[in-house]
Formats: sequence, C-alpha cells, structure tokens
Amino acid sequence: MLTILFDGIAYGMLLFVLACGLAVTLGLMNFVNLAHGAFAMAGGYCTVILVNRWGVPFFAALPLAFLVSALLGLILERSLYVHVYRKSHLDQVLFTIGLVFMSVAAVDYVMGSGQMFVRLPDWLQGQFNVFGIGVGRYRLLIIIVCGVLTLALQLILSRTRFGSRLRAAVDDTRVARGLGIRVDAVFAVTFAVGSGLAGLGGALGTEIVGLDPAFPLKFMIYFLIVVTVGGTTSITGPFLASLLLGIGDVAGKYYVPTLGAFVIYTIMIVVLIVRPQGLFSRGGVR
Amino acid sequence: MKSSAPNQLKGSFETRARWQPLEVLFWVAAFASYYFLPGKHLILTEIAILALFALSLDLILGYAGIVSLGHAAFFGFGAYVAGLLAKHQLVTEPLLALLLAGLAAMLLGFVTSFLVLRGSDLTRIMVTLGVALVLREIANRYAWLTGGADGLQGVSMDPLLGLFRFDMFGRTAHAYTLIVLFVLFLLARRIVNSPFGLSLQAIKGNALRAAAVGVAVNARLVAVYTMAAFYAGIAGALLTQTTAFASLDVFSFERSADLLLVLIIGGTGYLYGGLIGAIVFKLMQDYLSALTPQYWPFWIGLVLVVIVLVGRDRFSSWTLPLRRLAARLDWRAQLPRRSVGGGG
Repeated sequence: MLTILFDGIAYGMLLFVLACGLAVTLGLMNFVNLAHGAFAMAGGYCTVILVNRWGVPFFAALPLAFLVSALLGLILERSLYVHVYRKSHLDQVLFTIGLVFMSVAAVDYVMGSGQMFVRLPDWLQGQFNVFGIGVGRYRLLIIIVCGVLTLALQLILSRTRFGSRLRAAVDDTRVARGLGIRVDAVFAVTFAVGSGLAGLGGALGTEIVGLDPAFPLKFMIYFLIVVTVGGTTSITGPFLASLLLGIGDVAGKYYVPTLGAFVIYTIMIVVLIVRPQGLFSRGGVR
Repeated sequence: MKSSAPNQLKGSFETRARWQPLEVLFWVAAFASYYFLPGKHLILTEIAILALFALSLDLILGYAGIVSLGHAAFFGFGAYVAGLLAKHQLVTEPLLALLLAGLAAMLLGFVTSFLVLRGSDLTRIMVTLGVALVLREIANRYAWLTGGADGLQGVSMDPLLGLFRFDMFGRTAHAYTLIVLFVLFLLARRIVNSPFGLSLQAIKGNALRAAAVGVAVNARLVAVYTMAAFYAGIAGALLTQTTAFASLDVFSFERSADLLLVLIIGGTGYLYGGLIGAIVFKLMQDYLSALTPQYWPFWIGLVLVVIVLVGRDRFSSWTLPLRRLAARLDWRAQLPRRSVGGGG
C-alpha cells in the first residue's frame, strides 16, 4: 500500500519535471506545444548513448542530457517556434504535431524502434526496507532529484528578478512589455530551461516509463493532463496535478487493471468541462 | 427596392448554390475513374473514404471553426458499429448497416458536442483528443466484443442491395463508396449554401457578434458537430465494409492528425478542399511510403511544419487559380467575390 504511494509519488515527481516546461510555455505565450515530449525523448536518448556507448557515468550524463535538450530547445525556439507564436492555435497544433512526427520517425531511423534501457550503477538497483515499506533506490533518487529541482524552481520563480519578470509576463504580457521587460528573451530562456528539464526528466525516466521512438506521442496526453488539471498560472498547480496523476495512475493500474488508462482520460475531460482553467489556478487572469 | 429584398436574398442564395462547370467536370472525372483506371480500385476507394472523412472535418473546422484533434472518434465508432452489425449478423444489408453506423456516430456526436461548446481552442483540442482516446481504450479493453488489439475479424456482408457482391478487385466497393460520397457531398453542399451554413460562417468569424445579430450559436454548433459526426461515422463504416476488417487503428491519434493535414493541403471552408486534399495526400502517401515505408510519418511531419511556416492561407492558395478559373468559366453570372483560404 505505502509502496504504491511511494512509487506513485516518484512517478508524479517525474511527470512534473517532464511537464513543467510545458506549463510555463502555455501560460506565457499561450502557445500549444504538443512537441514537448520530443525534448524529453532527446534527453532520454542522449543519456542512453552517453552511458551505454561512451561509458560516461550516469550522474555525469544527467546534466549533459539537460544541456543537450536545452540547447536543442533554444535552437528550435529561435529558428522555428518564433514564427508560429502569432499564428492561430490550429497552426500551432499542426506545427508541433509535425515536429512530433518528424522526431518520432527520425529517432526510429537513427536508433531503431526497440525499447532502450540505461545501464544503471549497481548501488542504484534493488530496494531496501524502511519500517516494512519497500523503497526502490532508484525511485528514491528520483524523488530527491525532482524534489530539489521543484524547490529550486519555486525559489527562482518567487525570489529572483528573472522569476518576477517571468511571473509578470505570464500574468499580463502586454503590460509586462510596456514596463520594459523583454518578454521574448524571457520566453526564450524559459523555453530552453523547460526543454532542458523535460530532457532531464526523460533521462531519469527511461528506467520507469521506458523509452522508445513513440515516447512523445505516448506521453503527450499525460503532459496535457498535468497542464490542464494544474492550470498554467503557477508552479504549484502543475506540481499537485502531477502528484495526483502519478499516484492515481500507479494505484489505478495496481488495483483496477481492467479499467486501465481511461480513468485518467475521463477525469481530464470532466475537469476541463467543470473548470476549463484548471483545478488549482487562480481565477480571472485572462 | 424594399419589397424586392427577399427576392434579392433568394437570388443571392441561388447564385451561391449554382453548379459551376469545373465542379461538374470534377465529378464526371471522379466517376470516369471507375472505368478508366480499372487497376486502381483499391486506392481510389481509400481516397473516396478519406475524402468523405475530410469533408466531415471541413464542416466543423472550415465552416464552424472548431479545431478537433479527435475526429477519429466518430470514424472509429462508425467503423466498429458497422463491423459488429455485420459480424453478428444483426443487419446484413450493407446500405442499411451503413446508415445505422452513421446514426450511431451521430448520436455520439450529439452527446459529445456539448463538451466542445465550452472553453477555448485548447480546451476543445484536448476534449476531442480525450474522447478519441477514451473510445480507443474502451475498444481495447472490451476485447470480447471488439477483438481488442487483434481487431474485429469475421466481418461478412450480404451483397449490396441484394445485387452486387463485394468482389476481391474492389469494383463494387469503389462504386459504392463513390456514390455514397457523392450523395453526402450533395447534402453537405446544400447545407453550407443554406442560411444555416452562412450562420455557421458568421459564428466562425466572431461568435459574440453572431450571437448579437440573433444567431443561436450553441444550437448551431451542436447541430453541425452532430452532422459532422454522422459523416465521419459513415466514412468509418465504409472502411469496415470495404475492407471487412476494423482495428484499433481507426481511433488512432495519427488518423486525426493526418486528417488535419489532408484538409490543410486542400484548403478549408469550400468543401472541395477535403476531396482534393484526399487525392493529393493518398498519392503522396503511396509514393513516399513506397520509398521508405517505415519513415513515412517523417514526411507528413515535414509537410505540416513547412505548411505552417509558409502560412496556411498562402499555401492553400495553390488551388486559387483553379477556383478563379471556375468562376470565370461560369457563363451565367459573375459570382460575388468571396474570401478564400482557411482560418480558425
């Protein structure tokens, strides 16, 4: 029972790191980025190549995965995404779906269509017991890493100048622009960091959620659920939503395997109908 | 002048609805393909089904401005209903089964239409996507009914109207889908040229103002969404009937996404967009997947990205010369100039 809760929390934390970049992108530029999962996949494959082929230690590979995804995000943002911000949602959806399809096929071409696994250090494998609860070492690591990241993000957002600029831009882009905040630059940085975090999530997640070329398609809906249920105006909303989704998904698969995934889909639809702006969002911004 | 206003109005509707020579040519060519391309029945059938499906999306996207990422929900629902009806020998007459499948999808469309009324584009995208995913999951879980991941096998039907047997060369299937497409196209053409169709365009332009001039926005959207679901259901049922098989693939996200591409290639909001898009898309797919079968999605993706970057309006204007030509060829009246190209 508690083991399931523990696994669920680890899964939820992972989802949060994967999806928080999307929440900010959506909140900031009102941009529907369905290709967010592609950056996570990039991070995952980057780690696989670094660790399995080049023998880089796992912990050195994680920051590299972050950097590679962030760089990829930055390049794509500056070269392609900037042209699409002002277009309609339909265009944004078409564009990002196009990117997803391209990334899926390209990774399939380069890396093959099979599942990928990262060779983990021995001391991260297996589990130990604490008061009768089975605690997976790797999952504990995920919780620690993601927890630290979440705290850091929260602090950056609430305490730094960049954070207040970002929040101002999310709340009202036009006024923020009028106050001299360079919203475009803020957005480029945020996009890169968001992509980087997704890449880090992908790198950490290979062991838990698997990694294959269809990754961006499979997890697109999860990211969207996190963002819609959590709302896009804060970082705590998506965080709580991720935890709920993670615990709900793990528990659901364990207790009622016959119902499978459509519990969460149904919950998403209901939430969207009842509160289109998200469960945890502050109302009335837009 | 005042007394002639209704007459003028009637006249303008008649002008809009008038058949242009190029349209006639299009349909003559479509039916001629049955005789002149005898080896191509299978792909032509696929094109006709895709065209009908795209027509369905055009009704809600091109005319009413509803962005849907889960239109495959209705396609798949129609496909499975038709398959189950035939498999369990409930309704063995294909045409009747087709109608029933369409009506079933229509019912689903009516029920889910209330979900797309609320919220922004993003909400709509996700709700439609969610509905398609839920249906796929249901079809996957209830394997005793639907065959699960193996697909629905053992679909067999009586000859069409008791006369025409579905042959292995796909001759009957081709004629059948083409005629169904034509009939439903006529219906759609009638609808979009009616005052109802105009009011939809008004809603797409600005829902608030449409409401202000007295258009019942929500009722119209429900109506057109329900009708589009009917069309999609028929398209799905045609696929099951002509291939005697239905699989989970009918609900897939890729199918909805491909459909958007089809419509974007042809251009939205003038009915022929879906038909032309379907032809181009299938030919392209045929050619490219012969080159690299596994990596075909890459090219779809590339086309999507390029189209958006170039600009959808500019892109779909490749059909503009054709449409201009159509207008010029019309010897009976000068058409009022209408804006072309998509939006949404």
